[in-house]
Amino acid sequence: MSAYAMTAGKPGAGPAHRISRDTMRRGVLLAPALLLVIGLVVLPGLWLLALSFIEKGHFSFAHYERMLTYSSYYRILIATFRISLVVTLICIVLGFPVAYLMAQLPARLAVVLTVLVILPLWTSVLVRTYAWLVLLTDGGPINRLLLSSGLIQTPLKLLFNETGTVIGMVHVMLPFFILPVYSAVRSFDWSLMQAAASLGAPPRSAFWRVFVPLALPGVAAGSVLVLVQCLGFFVTPAVLGGGNVTMASMKIASNIQQYFDWGAASAFGVVLLLATLGLLLIAGRFVSLNRVLGPA
Amino acid sequence: MASAAPLNPNRFWLYCVAAAVIFFLILPIAVVVPVSFSDSKYLQFPPEAYSTRWYESYWNSSDWLRATRVSLTVAFCTVLLTVPLGTAAAYAMTSVSPRAARFLQIVLLLPMIVPGMLVAIGIFYIYIRFKLVNSLIGIVVAHTVLALPFAVMTVQAALQSFDFRQEQAAMSLGATRFGAFFRVTLPQIKAAVISSGLFVFIISLDEVVISLFIAGGENTVLTRRMFVALRDAVDPTVAAISTLLIGTTLLLLVALAVTRRGQRG
Repeated sequence: MSAYAMTAGKPGAGPAHRISRDTMRRGVLLAPALLLVIGLVVLPGLWLLALSFIEKGHFSFAHYERMLTYSSYYRILIATFRISLVVTLICIVLGFPVAYLMAQLPARLAVVLTVLVILPLWTSVLVRTYAWLVLLTDGGPINRLLLSSGLIQTPLKLLFNETGTVIGMVHVMLPFFILPVYSAVRSFDWSLMQAAASLGAPPRSAFWRVFVPLALPGVAAGSVLVLVQCLGFFVTPAVLGGGNVTMASMKIASNIQQYFDWGAASAFGVVLLLATLGLLLIAGRFVSLNRVLGPA
Repeated sequence: MASAAPLNPNRFWLYCVAAAVIFFLILPIAVVVPVSFSDSKYLQFPPEAYSTRWYESYWNSSDWLRATRVSLTVAFCTVLLTVPLGTAAAYAMTSVSPRAARFLQIVLLLPMIVPGMLVAIGIFYIYIRFKLVNSLIGIVVAHTVLALPFAVMTVQAALQSFDFRQEQAAMSLGATRFGAFFRVTLPQIKAAVISSGLFVFIISLDEVVISLFIAGGENTVLTRRMFVALRDAVDPTVAAISTLLIGTTLLLLVALAVTRRGQRG
């Protein structure tokens, strides 16, 4: 900013249109990155948006109408939202206690836990999906453990259905929930809890009325981040669903790869994008988007 | 609170839940490694006998090796392209008006915000027209777009704490603008630039969805080959490759931690 003030007024920079040399320089530095994003994300996006309104060469809402009238289409949308919501809820239930504990641990232990939470984040989704194939099969370690403990009599169907998909997705998404919540509560002032206690609040009510409200922005950020990413999931449902689970991204892929139906694929894409942007806008009212999207 | 009695029954449950969740998070990584050393061609855990046959099977498959070579080449080239572009963009954004900065920020983050499948078919659409499908350059450029937001954000974070008066001081002492950047600014954000490179490398190496559309044929990348193997016929060769990938990522993360530490010191 001060660099701007200092050099912006230099004479003789842009003779014709009075474009300062600094503006030019910034333009040159920004142009390659911007052109790439505009050329490969924005323009194709607009083009796909247009295609979603065209059927057999004419303007039409047919692709969107089909989403509401064809049961095979709206089932996919419903399944996508249902699975995403279930995964988000499980992430909240499992992730919140971890973040809560991390915030209270001594710094050294908290770092260890953080590393354990981040480690899966940096392991390829394919690798983890493969591991779940091994773990969840009928004769796999989880079923054998449950059988030998007498909890179940016949092996549970954990693979190639929605259960397997949800387990795999929760595993991918949990770090994205824990980390924002932890970053929101790590600076929590624990003396507030003592203050609440000294004023007569039992621990349970101090937790719900002091800690939880202060953790809420982090929970909101984490939940939206998880929900938004779930909506676009592809690899996990494609492998762990074993053909019995279809989410929106999978329908987009098969529309293109099997039927070359760009219009139908685009319409699904537009719905997915609108849901994503809508959720991010809502989240943006609570927390800064940079914090929601920033690398951990 | 931290000094409260640790064996309070409520806290006992908290520890149990947290331990179970951490176990759940680590479990898949802990399982893949032993399976890769299994002697059986079925997915078994724990394996009954151990061998290195799946590593040999990987090493003797020209198919897997070529996919590995393509993936590594793509990841290297993506780093070489993304890091300068991301650094330049992040640097230029420090000196524009706040309004313009916010707008640019949103545009540059788009590849991360737009659902991956939509980005993938958009790029596929463009590449069909420009005959870039399955070309090395096409894959590199696509991965660059995808990784750009991470590179920009990493460098931006470092520039936030950089004092730009140092550049002016250098220029008032006769340095050119160019020279001031390379000899004053860059050395101070070096750690962030390097770690953005490591981020970008991992992102490119792990990318699946875009590669499914535009990285086939001669230039099939490792992730695409793995995805097909997982969907169709699972054999423990994938476990061997997974273990190698985990090892590679761990090495890169250690490198990342070292550069971060160097930055602080």
